[in-house]
Amino acid sequence: MDYFLTEEQQMIKDLARRIADEKVAPKAAHYDETGEFPWDIMKILADADLFGVYLPEEYGGMGGGVLEQCIVVEELSRACSGVAVSYAASGLGCSPILVLGSEEQKKKYITQVASGKKLAAFGATEANAGSDLAAMETTAVLDGNEYVLNGTKQWITNGGEADIYTVMAVTDKKKGPRGISCFIVEKGTPGFTFGKKENKMGIRASATRELVFDNCRIPKENLLGGKEGIGFIATMRTFDRTRPGIGAQAVGIAQGALDAAVKYSRERVQFGQSISSFQGLQFMLADMATQLEAARALVYATARMIDGGAKNFSKESAMCKLFASDTAMKVTVDAVQVLGGYGYMKEYPVEKMMRDAKITQIYEGTNQIQRHVIALELIKESASKKD
Amino acid sequence: MKIVVCVKQVPDTTEVKINPETNTLIREGVASILNPFDMYAVEEAIRIKEKVGGTVIVLSMGPPQVAEQLKETIAMGADEAILVSDRAFAGSDTLATSYALSKAIEKIADVNLVICGKQAIDGDTAQVGPEIAEKIGIPHLTYVKKIEAISETEITLERMNEDGYERVQMPLPGLITVVKEINEPRLPSLKGMMRSKKAEIPIWSAADIDADPAKCGLNGSPTWVKRIFIPEIKCQGEIFSGEPEEQVKFLVNALVGRKIVV
Amino acid sequence: MGIKIYLEKCYGCKVCVPSCPFGLIEIVDKKAVIKDGCNLCGACVSTCKFKAIEIIRDVKVTIDKSLYKGVWIFAEQRNGQLANVAKELLGEGRKLADELGEPLVAVLLGHNIESEAKQLVAYGADQVFVADAPQLEHFLEDSYTQVLVDLVQKERPNIILMGATAIGRSLAPKVAARLETGLTADCTGLDVDVAEKNLLQTRPAFGGNLMATILCPNHRPQMATVRPKVFKPLEPDLGRKATITKVDLSKTQWEIRAKILEIVNEVGHSVNLEEANIIVSGGRGLCDPKNFELVRELADTLGAAVGASRAAVDSGWIPYAHQVGQTGKTVGPKVYIACGIRGAIQHLAGMQSSDIIVAINKDPDAPIFKLATYGIVGDVLEILPMLTKEFKKALG
Repeated sequence: MDYFLTEEQQMIKDLARRIADEKVAPKAAHYDETGEFPWDIMKILADADLFGVYLPEEYGGMGGGVLEQCIVVEELSRACSGVAVSYAASGLGCSPILVLGSEEQKKKYITQVASGKKLAAFGATEANAGSDLAAMETTAVLDGNEYVLNGTKQWITNGGEADIYTVMAVTDKKKGPRGISCFIVEKGTPGFTFGKKENKMGIRASATRELVFDNCRIPKENLLGGKEGIGFIATMRTFDRTRPGIGAQAVGIAQGALDAAVKYSRERVQFGQSISSFQGLQFMLADMATQLEAARALVYATARMIDGGAKNFSKESAMCKLFASDTAMKVTVDAVQVLGGYGYMKEYPVEKMMRDAKITQIYEGTNQIQRHVIALELIKESASKKD
Repeated sequence: MKIVVCVKQVPDTTEVKINPETNTLIREGVASILNPFDMYAVEEAIRIKEKVGGTVIVLSMGPPQVAEQLKETIAMGADEAILVSDRAFAGSDTLATSYALSKAIEKIADVNLVICGKQAIDGDTAQVGPEIAEKIGIPHLTYVKKIEAISETEITLERMNEDGYERVQMPLPGLITVVKEINEPRLPSLKGMMRSKKAEIPIWSAADIDADPAKCGLNGSPTWVKRIFIPEIKCQGEIFSGEPEEQVKFLVNALVGRKIVV
Repeated sequence: MGIKIYLEKCYGCKVCVPSCPFGLIEIVDKKAVIKDGCNLCGACVSTCKFKAIEIIRDVKVTIDKSLYKGVWIFAEQRNGQLANVAKELLGEGRKLADELGEPLVAVLLGHNIESEAKQLVAYGADQVFVADAPQLEHFLEDSYTQVLVDLVQKERPNIILMGATAIGRSLAPKVAARLETGLTADCTGLDVDVAEKNLLQTRPAFGGNLMATILCPNHRPQMATVRPKVFKPLEPDLGRKATITKVDLSKTQWEIRAKILEIVNEVGHSVNLEEANIIVSGGRGLCDPKNFELVRELADTLGAAVGASRAAVDSGWIPYAHQVGQTGKTVGPKVYIACGIRGAIQHLAGMQSSDIIVAINKDPDAPIFKLATYGIVGDVLEILPMLTKEFKKALG
């Protein structure tokens, strides 16, 4: 489908695709196998200026928005979504700074992320606080000119690899969600260490670690926006902006799987003809392609809505993440089916895509939470109508 | 430091196939690309510029549509690109090509270093670089795999040969041709691509570079193509059959039995 | 100047259409039309049976070709040792000289190299020019060009052949440019037109997909670099007599701009690939870089060198130094064993002059089998260990 991208967006898409095809695809299996962090590819993305596409020009970015970021994530995900999520997580990590940071914080940190010189990461999840953020146990206590952080964040994407972390911690337990604040923590701060790297089912190129804070003292200026209690809202507004990115990741994975399935079906000969001539298989491919395009359309439409200046887009963000990730799961499972026994083997990329797809239904809010968000918004909308 | 990189537009010969039935070249879908070996030259020039400062000017000769493709090198980081294009250059062999390019380099003026790829994948001659150097009257070195040190007046490098390599020092201005061991060409950057979109590629005619018509194109080319043909592959072989074990035994007997392998 | 179609001779038979490497010939109203962009390569001219296509040149022959006589070969030496390609050039040069009825002359540049001069005689030279000076001990473009150009201008040879080696491919274009004459690179076939005394120089182009025969009809000397390992040397005849002429360098004003700081010989793979009697080469059919071990084991058993296809090198399985083919090394061993190599034209270009070619591939339609002396159709991963075992047994 033609989404009438601007010349600049098309350029971003072409460049990201070229990097995906030439640099990422040949190494996707290697990173999947070893779980090594793809620093060489991060450097290529940085040199290509791709880390700055969605960041404002005044902070060294290219002035694009959510759609530009989605385009890059989608293209990279076609080849390896582990690489794509490492790229995207840097955007996630600096997003709280972008939405609620002070001018000094933006100048200092966003410029570094935009140039790709440093990666960022976002730390909210804990062992006992996933979807229920208010159950958070990490604390921050003001002591003179410093906050003292204690606690452990779990499953943090880019953990250990990133230099800049936006971390949620409780400053006032009594206030519940409103007592959560956000802090910018730099790697190397005394008292800030990392747990072991997780051994994951998919997106294995990406690094997932614990962030451990043990009397970690950070300067008061690193309180996001200079205000306590905005951590929860920062998280929600961050996720609203970044969920389309997860949708884009899912769309990319699904596209990669569909491409592999269509190609294979034309090459594979059984009963004297290519299996693409069998209607049973054709119907599968047709459904995969249609669902995928619907998911992409929803992701792009949401991204454009956000970039267009919409005030509230929680519902749409949740919808596109939900629909695209469910689609990716379905399409990748079907792609493995199309490839049959070969699809189950690691020589072909689709089994990896199937493993990679699963996480898109889970992180940045499980799809159950997405449905909850959507339903809440529906009910709110209905209640506010005076008829 | 002023560096000129010579590049050529070529058909992507890795995509060229022969239709075995008609014994002709299949060209469908064969794209025109910048000669891959030249990309190492562009990359090396940009690296030198990043290290010691200066300007990188990409120079090519070919039909007008090459101008658009030269923008790729600007997207990578070259400062400007110039195309030498004129009907008068059609039919140029390596001598006439090097004449035209040498005239263009003289027009650019005050060039410290000229870098060429080791050869173009369509002709594989590897002659134009050294011939340019001779025409301008500067020294050249070929098959360079590493630049150890460079200043505006001198270069120290490693050049490959069949036995290994030599470390050689050469005064500048001079010309080098580079092999793929020297670097890994970068991809364009977004900012580079945007700059290249706006870039104007000057097209220089034979008159612009003050070229003598007698030395250009067909007239300036001592070599002529007499015939072009598809190579024949000789077919003489014996393909074994049977179980793998048997085939292996046949082969070992054939080679050892006839004292070919001893 | 340009390309002309004689409409009265053109019947619109379309034979020329596919001959254009750039796809620029169209048939309009039953007549051939050359579209814009023609670079006058001349590929179409010889395909037309009706002689309806002509490349028109504005030719002014300014030289008297009859003054140029002799087939010269540049006798390359490295570290005082004659390169094999020099002997190969003498072998082929002998034939050309005999056909033309001209002498075969070897030109040797170096320092303290008399013994090599005698070898040149044994391998077929009628005359040897020896330029001996400390400045010529190691190859440098400036010194070698200076000496060679002086000698050429004095002696006026008809033909000069050099090896298409690192040295030859750097020296030849410099000499040709200084002499303002034609040069054809990397020839794999040579012949002469006796009447015109022209050298017919055949070479691969388009990555080996096409062959082109090149002439240099109006300039002398005619220069070519010749791919090593393509031609065979003659059996050396130590009883042959020839004149060995020392070139007088006493008045030479040396102008040498570059300076060699160090010569590093990396003995090992890169050398013995071109000198090896047996080569075992691996391609993408090996599926995994670690399977190159199987190739190495067979090579060790046979005392062979290890080669590789471009596909294997591009995949990063083995260094470029091992690459055989148009963009890698050209080899001509007694036995070439291609393991899991399909035989892309560019690979074949680098190994087709091998005496015996063994192909192992699971695809019976792989092009490599067309060239193979012996072929085994099967899984290379299964065949290789068996082959190593059998050879070990047979060779004791």
